[in-house]
Amino acid sequence: MLSVIGVFAFFAFWHGLASSGWFPPRYLPSPVTVVRTLLQLATTPYSGATLWGHLGASLVRFGVGFLFAAAVGIPLGLLMGWYRWLDDIVSPFFEALRFVAPIAWVPFAGLWFGTGIGGPTLIIFSGAFAPCLINSYRGAKFVDKRLVEAARTLGASGPRIVAEVLLPASIPSIVAGLRVSAGIAWQSLIGAELIVVASGIGYLMVQAQLNVETPIVMAGMVAIGVVGVAIDLLLRLLERFAQRHRRL
Amino acid sequence: MSHIVFDKVGRSFSRGGETFEALRDIDLEVCDREFVAVVGPSGCGKTTLLRMVAGLEFPSCGSVRVDEREITGPGPDRAVVFQAFALFPWKTVSENIAFGLRCKGIAAPERQERIARYLELMGLSGYEKAYPHQLSGGMQQRVAIARSYALDPDVLLMDEPFGALDAQTRVVMQEELIRLSRANPRTVLFITHAVEEAVYLADRVVVMSRRPGSIAEIVDVRAVREQEGWAGHDRIEEVMDQPSFVKLRSHVWRLLRDSVPDLRKAA
Repeated sequence: MLSVIGVFAFFAFWHGLASSGWFPPRYLPSPVTVVRTLLQLATTPYSGATLWGHLGASLVRFGVGFLFAAAVGIPLGLLMGWYRWLDDIVSPFFEALRFVAPIAWVPFAGLWFGTGIGGPTLIIFSGAFAPCLINSYRGAKFVDKRLVEAARTLGASGPRIVAEVLLPASIPSIVAGLRVSAGIAWQSLIGAELIVVASGIGYLMVQAQLNVETPIVMAGMVAIGVVGVAIDLLLRLLERFAQRHRRL
Repeated sequence: MSHIVFDKVGRSFSRGGETFEALRDIDLEVCDREFVAVVGPSGCGKTTLLRMVAGLEFPSCGSVRVDEREITGPGPDRAVVFQAFALFPWKTVSENIAFGLRCKGIAAPERQERIARYLELMGLSGYEKAYPHQLSGGMQQRVAIARSYALDPDVLLMDEPFGALDAQTRVVMQEELIRLSRANPRTVLFITHAVEEAVYLADRVVVMSRRPGSIAEIVDVRAVREQEGWAGHDRIEEVMDQPSFVKLRSHVWRLLRDSVPDLRKAA
């Protein structure tokens, strides 16, 4: 209830400020203008594509980078949780690279992988990878020791223990990591698009900025927020599904 | 043939810079297809004994051997039944039993056949697709026993397997274990703190004392059981009413009690 009031108060304040005449409407459009612009962008192309076109381009990059990060990070984290030597080898690199923010990868990614699909994908990967790896690693480390012992006494090999004991036991932790990871990935993607690419929602906003089209810039921000919430909601559903199917 | 030998086994731990001795000078031989129960107060190191045979822990001195081979790690020739069942919660009853069989590389048709046989034997038919959390404690432990027995192990290691069960379930499980071990004799090392359970189930009862854990006495139950014909009784309470049973039980009790003040003095 309070949050509904809060949202209303925010829009009322914004609307009041915009119609007060203190700021030029060109720089501070009213919420109504922003929504109208958003609807207009849905049908009229701007900077080469409609809102859907730009969103689609962004989502494809997001999907590829995120899936790639999960596909590498989750197995690697689990294996590091079981094989001490792998943990010892990978940890120093990982610890150091963790402090290179996704946005700091932009120049390198642009030079090496270009501005098409490769560069942005690497940037998303660099943001999404850490939570995937850390959460699966922790999941593997905190597995009920008795289950691991039971598996060992039943004759299970290392790879089998990783696949059939550590992985299923870590699912809740892994899914929680995916949620964090998706959030970071979506944020880094927009950052990447502001700089290196020629399509996508971030690119749309940069073009609008150059033309001083504040309503379009703000419409882009709204779109980013809405899609971000939608992604998080989807992963929250996955989280709940994983918890419900955790038979304990 | 498979027999377990503890040869002058000692085990000490260091905790917080302090070393303490958990086991001292354990000499014990468990013969092929013999059922040996180990009783003792908590903290006497009886579980450590079992874990050494399982290959989950190693002695600090002396050696533990199965069939004259030093134990270097866990293996399916020595199956363990844990007090906390340790079933995989994300696997069904038959998947749990199948796990060890798959590790051993047993082909699907034989696997199915073995699973069905042990489900039947443990009274679990009809529950193959159930998940552990849907079963009672007694049923879960039956699954765990079936999972171990299905591997056809030479040695069966049971660590207070009925400790987490209620009294009635416990009695039923004890009777079933007797039935199962008569049909399928194995070398069994059974850890418990329940004296009656030990005397009822075992061929020999090893009584341990505490700090450092050592063997106080080994009581031969089999001779009395065969002489008095306990096997003629199906129900546990009939056996427990036998004067010979009562006498042995009291004897073990006294040993356990006696071991405590002695050790207080020693400490």
